[in-house]
Amino acid sequence: MYKILGRVDYSADVFMQVIEAPAVAAACQPGQFIILMIHQEGERIPLTIADYDRESGTITIVVQAVGTSTRHLQTLGKGDSISNFIGPLGMPSEIENVGTVVCAGGGVGMAPIYPIARALKEAGNKVIAIMAARNESLLFWEDKMREVSDELIVTTDNGSRGRKSLVTEPLKELCETGDVNLVYAIGPGVMMKFCARTTEPYGIKTFVSLNSIMVDGTGMCGGCRVSVGGETRFVCVDGPEFDGHQVDFDLLMSRQRQYRSQEKESLDTYLSKAAVTKVALANSAASNAAACSAAAVAAHV
Amino acid sequence: MSEATKTGHGNRPQRQPKRPKLPRTAMPCQPAERRATNFEEVTTGYDDEMAVIEASRCLLCKKPKCVDGCPVGIDIPAFVRLIEVGDPAGAIVKLKETTSFPAVCGRVCPQEEQCEALCVLGNKQEPVAIGRLERYASDWETAHGASVRPRTAPKQGKSVGVVGSGPAGLTCAGELAKMGYDVTIYEALHKPGGVLVYGIPEFRLPQAIVARECEYVESLGVQIKTDYVIGRTLTVDQMLADCHDAIFLANGAGLPSFMDIPGENLNGVYSANEFLTRSNLMKAYRFPEYDTPIAVGRRVAVIGGGNVAMDSARTALRLGAEVHLIYRRTRDEMPARSEEIDHALEEGIVFDLLSNPTQIIGDADGWVNAIEVIDMELGEPDASGRRRPVPLEGSERRIPVDVVIVSVGTNANPLLTRNTTGLDLTNRGNIIADEHTLATSKEGVFAGGDIVTGAATVILAMGAGKTGARSIDRFLQGRPLLTDQEEEAIAAAP
Ligand SMILES: Cc1cc2nc3c(=O)[nH]c(=O)nc-3n(C[C@H](O)[C@H](O)[C@H](O)COP(=O)(O)OP(=O)(O)OC[C@H]3O[C@@H](n4cnc5c(N)ncnc54)[C@H](O)[C@@H]3O)c2cc1C
Ligand SMILES: Cc1cc2nc3c(=O)[nH]c(=O)nc-3n(C[C@H](O)[C@H](O)[C@H](O)COP(=O)(O)OP(=O)(O)OC[C@H]3O[C@@H](n4cnc5c(N)ncnc54)[C@H](O)[C@@H]3O)c2cc1C
Ligand code: SF4
Ligand code: SF4
Ligand code: FES
Repeated sequence: MYKILGRVDYSADVFMQVIEAPAVAAACQPGQFIILMIHQEGERIPLTIADYDRESGTITIVVQAVGTSTRHLQTLGKGDSISNFIGPLGMPSEIENVGTVVCAGGGVGMAPIYPIARALKEAGNKVIAIMAARNESLLFWEDKMREVSDELIVTTDNGSRGRKSLVTEPLKELCETGDVNLVYAIGPGVMMKFCARTTEPYGIKTFVSLNSIMVDGTGMCGGCRVSVGGETRFVCVDGPEFDGHQVDFDLLMSRQRQYRSQEKESLDTYLSKAAVTKVALANSAASNAAACSAAAVAAHV
Repeated sequence: MSEATKTGHGNRPQRQPKRPKLPRTAMPCQPAERRATNFEEVTTGYDDEMAVIEASRCLLCKKPKCVDGCPVGIDIPAFVRLIEVGDPAGAIVKLKETTSFPAVCGRVCPQEEQCEALCVLGNKQEPVAIGRLERYASDWETAHGASVRPRTAPKQGKSVGVVGSGPAGLTCAGELAKMGYDVTIYEALHKPGGVLVYGIPEFRLPQAIVARECEYVESLGVQIKTDYVIGRTLTVDQMLADCHDAIFLANGAGLPSFMDIPGENLNGVYSANEFLTRSNLMKAYRFPEYDTPIAVGRRVAVIGGGNVAMDSARTALRLGAEVHLIYRRTRDEMPARSEEIDHALEEGIVFDLLSNPTQIIGDADGWVNAIEVIDMELGEPDASGRRRPVPLEGSERRIPVDVVIVSVGTNANPLLTRNTTGLDLTNRGNIIADEHTLATSKEGVFAGGDIVTGAATVILAMGAGKTGARSIDRFLQGRPLLTDQEEEAIAAAP
């Protein structure tokens, strides 16, 4: 069992957890991910290592609750445990001093880009960070990002904070300046696809971190396969980072939708169970209350 | 122990008894229509009476051919004789002198190519059902509680790390623990057992049996650390530097091959590894009670003719699909166990033989809707001695399906080897280990099982585990890995 040391909610859907996993914390590098299972009937879900502390033996994850497993995880906090936590998985980011690097994080992708930005900065690069969210309430880690970047641009789709634009606009402007040597773009499939399209005409190398559906995460099942430069690659062992100009994003996104109907069925089952538990709790609380104040209740009927 | 054990233990009767000619005892099974809808074990095992009758067919040969056919050389007439005289407890003791997991071998060994292939009875009638008797003895042990606790040697104060908890790793760890070493198994998945838990389905090998074998190994003092991916969580070099005096690599051949035909990345196309892992390890067949989903499909095509293909086809069938098994040769060339092929046919799997896929066709949403195959005919024998299939131009046809399961073999997974220094590999990525000692090019590191041989069998992996343990013991004692006699025997062998 792996202990959850704490949870911080960033919005209704996005939360951060710190989990005790000394072996993973000792070995991990920026760009890598973990796979966790909440309980023995659960599924194995991959999540990027958003931060780590080798001394205290902990890993930080930032999660967007979208389906059964992530919704369930969202209900857990300090004092709870999960049954399995496996990692670090995937190839670490190749961190070199290349000059100026733009690190664009979209949505929950703002978390995984953080350790990469930090490592790039430590390697002597000039780091320009772009943080992009649909609206202000979905933004997090602005201060952490500011610490590890030379320049920070915030965008929201509705302008509730920072610049009202999509992530690709400032990215394009930066490309125009001609001093960008490398781009990292991490976020939802569409976001990475359009970031890669934006940089392509400028010939700027662009790394993206792919989030295909996974099972084992060790190269055994092939479920995570994607097409990169016309070749089939396994995201969990060959990636998760690939040259964004070579990735077939449409295939990636299509494969991500593979279990849509089952995911819905699963979430409905989970939520109805959760609701039953809530109702049961509420009922037992109510019946306690009722027992205490039978007289008061009697007065009402 | 019973009287029979004391007198019969290990000693074969001096004279061959006269035997009435009995037919081979049939294996009781769940009826095909019923088992096609459940995941319970297909065969239910001999009862005491059946076992005694079947055992009585054995001629107790002085020079038993069957033993030559068993990769680990089990003393078959001895254990069969003990069953015949009503001493299954003695039989299990006899079996465990040689094999660690008879409950597994009895169920999954390709007996018809191994022990039973060479049984002399097979010349005129059907061979003794050695595998079924082996299973009977171990099931008897399970039902009646372990008959023997193995003796373990005093602690050696030395530590061995074993990578992988499949049959090779479990066997090696168990043997070393009995010799008094501190042993830790590192397993990448969340459950130990290797292919026995993620690959082979419950209807052929119940997970409770594998769990029991793992518990047995733990009861010998072995620590099993799941969730440890060697090469990532810890490297072999770190293991040697920080915690272990020797290492046994038994990480299997778990990298699925695909065919390189158009359409293989469409939704609904699985490797057999993925399909079986979802169903067996993650229990997707009980979705949504278990969270992992699986695309079941109404019509499923499985490509291949080995055990893995047969397991995938029969799993898909049990999930409710109509299943086509597409194989480019004929039934005679299929590498699967013949019992499994029979069972698959009885259950209603459609065999599309002499057919080879040319492409997988998808719909507008990126989902499979058909597979195109081309007819084949058998030409001249190839290097493996099997007749080479040749496509018949212009014979392409389409089979409408919504799920395709590709089961055309596996390769060595490079994750571990890529992150280990000084380890020599074949050009296919398998670890090179000495045939007799399993020593690798790296000092203190030994390797065995599928990672060395490529995809093979459970019993060969167990045999490798034993050899590995013997070599590691000698290495840690500072003795030569082979004795002079062994060197001579090897030199003398043809
Ligand atoms: C390398 C990698 C890193 C990731 N890092 C993060 C992260 O840091 N934070 C974060 O919030 N999310 C991350 N994800 C995505 C995350 O794994 C999925 O959101 C999660 O698995 C959804 O599970 P669920 O049961 O809650 O939702 P479901 O209802 O099962 O699925 C909802 C969505 O998640 C995707 N998904 C489902 N199962 C898997 C699976 N086993 N593997 C991958 N995707 C799946 C589906 O495509 C679907 O779109 C990452 C994915 C990958 C591959
Ligand atoms: C579906 C299927 C059906 C089969 N049916 C039969 C049959 O009927 N009869 C028969 O004799 N054989 C059968 N086989 C073959 C047989 O199962 C294998 O030959 C045997 O399991 C090999 O044993 P192994 O110990 O070498 O490897 P495996 O059983 O593959 O075990 C290797 C273990 O190592 C772990 N591992 C891998 N990499 C790492 C790492 N980096 N760090 C830590 N752990 C790691 C894996 O997760 C796995 O648990 C079948 C195989 C399959 C897939
Ligand atoms: S281990 Fe396998 S080959 Fe050997 S006797 Fe048993 S069933 Fe036959
Ligand atoms: S060869 Fe057949 S008959 Fe002879 S000992 Fe072996 S199993 Fe018995
Ligand atoms: S997740 Fe199974 S191979 Fe990548």
